[in-house]
Amino acid sequence: MPSKPKLPNPLNIKTSKLPKPPLPPALKRTPKPVETGDDVTLGQAAAGGGTSVVAWIDERTAGSGFLRGFMFRKVPKGTNWWYTLGSATMFAFVSQAVTGIFLAMFYDPNPTQAYESMRHVNNEVFLGEFVHGMHKWGATVMTVLLFVHMARTFVFGAYKYPRELNWVVGVILLMMTMVMGFTGYLLPFDQRSFWATVVGVNLNGTGPIVGPYLADFLRGGSEFGATTLSRFYAVHMMLVPGIIGALIGAHLYLVAKLGTSAPPWMKPKDVAGDEKQI
Amino acid sequence: MDARQKEKYLREYSAMKAAGKPFFPYAVGKDGLMACIVMIVIILMSLFLGAELGPKADPTTTSYVPRPEWYFFFLFEVLRVIKPPDLVFVATLGIPNIALGLLVLLPFYDRGPERRPERRPVAMIAMLLTIVAMTYLTLLGAFAGSPITIDEEVPAKYQYGKEVAANSGCLGCHKFGENGNDGPGPNLSEIGARLPKQAIERTLDNPTPPMPSFKSMPPEQKKALVEFLGQLR
Repeated sequence: MPSKPKLPNPLNIKTSKLPKPPLPPALKRTPKPVETGDDVTLGQAAAGGGTSVVAWIDERTAGSGFLRGFMFRKVPKGTNWWYTLGSATMFAFVSQAVTGIFLAMFYDPNPTQAYESMRHVNNEVFLGEFVHGMHKWGATVMTVLLFVHMARTFVFGAYKYPRELNWVVGVILLMMTMVMGFTGYLLPFDQRSFWATVVGVNLNGTGPIVGPYLADFLRGGSEFGATTLSRFYAVHMMLVPGIIGALIGAHLYLVAKLGTSAPPWMKPKDVAGDEKQI
Repeated sequence: MDARQKEKYLREYSAMKAAGKPFFPYAVGKDGLMACIVMIVIILMSLFLGAELGPKADPTTTSYVPRPEWYFFFLFEVLRVIKPPDLVFVATLGIPNIALGLLVLLPFYDRGPERRPERRPVAMIAMLLTIVAMTYLTLLGAFAGSPITIDEEVPAKYQYGKEVAANSGCLGCHKFGENGNDGPGPNLSEIGARLPKQAIERTLDNPTPPMPSFKSMPPEQKKALVEFLGQLR
């Protein structure tokens, strides 16, 4: 049998350097090569179909290299439940995005219609108040998780070298989340949200020099009016979610690149004994 | 951290990482379980706490005491601690921005190599004080009611003005005798002795921030309100 031609590797990935998936021995055998040529039966072609598609995509994206590097990278020994808070915050953000999309299908950012559209969501839309409630309380859950995640990072000294930049990105994410809370609070347009936002914008107006300009920018003019609501809506729906998404990407890239920190009381001599077991 | 300490950290970290477990499935499993818990908490909060709407926003009646979302209470309550009108900007923008700056720049001024919390007393005390201050201010905001009654007896002709004042959210930020919150706004128990009626009316139209303007209040209500405030002394 002639030796198989070497598979093309246009992106020149050195697969030998990538971490191996943690598979039990029974699954570690190499998958059978895909049958190709003129004499393959339909069954053989179908059996190899999945592999072919994955190989086709991988040949053009080198995605498997990225995925193996990301998913099978090691996390230091001692990684505990405290390390799940960041991903939990991100999950709360995803929940906010999904429930927010469903609310946006019914919401009308018009001062005369906004309140009625939310009344319609609460009273008539199937599961409307449930999804609205998930969005409202999801904001609280996300904020709490974010603060606890930050406290964990602080106590563990995880903001120190080489992860300084990731701390900065995280603080910007905290600010952006607060902006989401502030802009989203106005949208139901009931008395509570309206007057709280009037005061909130006035607070910004007290700043020296830039304060009045900032307040005018937030209101979309010197008076609180129709432009204010559409402005808050656009910021809440498009601008800040986009920024948060991009920053989460940067945050995760740095986490994967630098590795998650080890608990500060772990020292290499604690793990030296364990190394033999692996 | 100097170059030697950095090199030592990276060397020790790579040893600890090498002794660890793969992200998938060990960390992913924990993260997934945590995500399920987060989802259940959000669903339960939605089911039990709901998302009821208040009355529709109405710029002409300020019958509602402005309340921010609870995680802004600590910012709002700083205003109650710092009262002089000239210093309002210190409370609204000064302190929050200084705190934010200190937070962002943390890794640039806390550069020591020590990571164990028990060996970083300054950092831990600073964190504890921050948490205590934020919790205290948040609770202060949570328990500051939205009172709508003024007990003070007034002559019958000022009765309507008293009701307007009680129902216009004034008590959220001002004190009238024994009623209302002491701050962020000044105590109004003797405002009539300090300001003539015209000045009170001007202040209602163009107040010192963060107080909202009462310019769009119906004239007869505003007149009654000014009459009521003007006789307080």
